[in-house]
Amino acid sequence: MIAEHIRKPSLFQKRDPRTLLVAATCAAFCFSFMRNLIPSCLCLAFALLLAAVSGLHARSLIKRLAVANVFILFIWLTVPLTMPGESLATFGPLTWSRVGIRLAALVTLKCNAILLAVFSLVAGIGLSRIGCALEQLHVPAKLVFLFLFTCRYIHVIGEEWQRLQTAAKLRGFVPRNSFHTYKTIADMLGLTFINAVDRSRRIYEAMLLRGFNGTFNTVAELRRTSADVWFLLLFFAAVGSILFLDRHLK
Amino acid sequence: MHVSEGVLSPAVIGGGIVFTAIGTGIGLRKADYSRLTTTAVLSSVFFVGSLVHVPLGPASVHLVLNGLIGLFLGWVAFPALLTALSLQAILFGFGGIAVLGVNVFDMTFPAVVCHYAFRGFLVESNALRVVGGFCCGALSVAGAALCTALALGFTDEGFLTSAKILFLAHIPVMVVEGIVTALAVAFVFKSRPELLRFTDAPVPEASS
Repeated sequence: MIAEHIRKPSLFQKRDPRTLLVAATCAAFCFSFMRNLIPSCLCLAFALLLAAVSGLHARSLIKRLAVANVFILFIWLTVPLTMPGESLATFGPLTWSRVGIRLAALVTLKCNAILLAVFSLVAGIGLSRIGCALEQLHVPAKLVFLFLFTCRYIHVIGEEWQRLQTAAKLRGFVPRNSFHTYKTIADMLGLTFINAVDRSRRIYEAMLLRGFNGTFNTVAELRRTSADVWFLLLFFAAVGSILFLDRHLK
Repeated sequence: MHVSEGVLSPAVIGGGIVFTAIGTGIGLRKADYSRLTTTAVLSSVFFVGSLVHVPLGPASVHLVLNGLIGLFLGWVAFPALLTALSLQAILFGFGGIAVLGVNVFDMTFPAVVCHYAFRGFLVESNALRVVGGFCCGALSVAGAALCTALALGFTDEGFLTSAKILFLAHIPVMVVEGIVTALAVAFVFKSRPELLRFTDAPVPEASS
C-alpha cells in the first residue's frame, strides 16, 4: 500500500525502521513547537531536502499535502478575517489583520514541513516493518497486535464494503438526499459490522488452533548499524539547532 | 474533523497525549486477545467507513462512525481509534503524529461517554433504541467537534471564531451521523440482538 509511492531505492530505505520512526516523531514534535516564521521556513527547507533525498514520487507527495491543506485553507479563510488586531488590508466589510495572517502563515509552514518530513522518512518502511519496529521500541504488545491486525484487515473489510456497494448498484441504488439512501447505507454498515464480528471470531479460533499464545514471532530482522546512530545524531543536531534558533530569535 | 499538524500549541498537544494514553491504558487492560481480534476488525470497519461519502444537500459528507465504534467497544474504542487514526495519518496524511493524541481523544472520549449513557437504551424498546442510537451517533460527533473546537480555542485566541465556525459546520454531519447510527443499530439488533447486550467485559459471541 505504501510501496507504490516510491520512485527509486532511497537513502532512507537502508536505515533501520526504528531510526526512521524516532527521527520522524522528533521532527513532528520539534517542528510543531516553532513560534517564529523564519525558523519555520528553515523547517520547510529541511523537509524539502528530506523529500528530495527520499526518492518519493512528487505526485504522491503533492496529493498528500493537498489533503492536509484543506484544513489550512479553512484557517486562511477564517483566522485573518476574524482575528482582532491591526488591519493590513480592507475590502468592503472584510478586514485582514496582520497578526491573523502571521498566524495562518506560521501554521501553513509548520504543517507542510511536518507532513513532508514525516512522509519522506516513513513512506518507504512498509506497515509490517513499522509494527515490528514499534514492538522493539517497547510499545505495548497488545497495541502492536492491534496495529498489525488492523493493517491486515483494512483490505478485507474494504473489499467487503466494495462488494456490498456493487450489489446495491446492480439493484439500481443511486445515492440521493433521501431517507432511503441513509437506510441503505446504514444497513450495509450494519451488515459489514456483523460480518466483521463473525470474521474476527473465526480468525481467533483459527489462531488458537495454530497455537497462538499472545505473541507474534516476527521474521523480519531489524538491524541497527553505526550509520543509523550517525544519521540520528545529525538529524537531532539539525532539528535541535532550528529549535534553538527559534527560541533565541529576537 | 482531524486537526492538521502544526496548528496546536505544545500544551494542548501534551494534554491530548496524556488523556489518550490514559484512555488507551484502560482500554487495553479491559481487552484480552480474543476481544482484540474483534477490536482490530472493527477498527478496520472504522477506517473503511470513514471513507464512505453520504450525500447531504448539494455536497456530500464522510461518515465519522466514532459513535458506532464507541457504542460497541466502550473504553476499548481508545486503542481501536488510536490504531485507525495512526494508519490514516501514515497512509493518507489525515492528522499526523504529533496531533495524534488530540485527534484520538477528541473522537473517542465523547463516544465512550455516549456508550455508558445510552447502552441501556438499546435493548429496551424499539423507540428507545432509535433514540439511543441517534443520540449516540449525533452526540459523539457533536462532542468530537466541541473538543476539536476547544483544542483550537486553547491554542490561540485568534482561532476562537474559526473554532465556532468549525463546530457549527458540523451540525448537519451530526444529524446524518445520528440517523445512520440509529438505523445501523436497528439493523444489528434485528439480525443479532446478542451483540447489543453489554456486560462489563463483553466478548461479542458469533453464532456459527
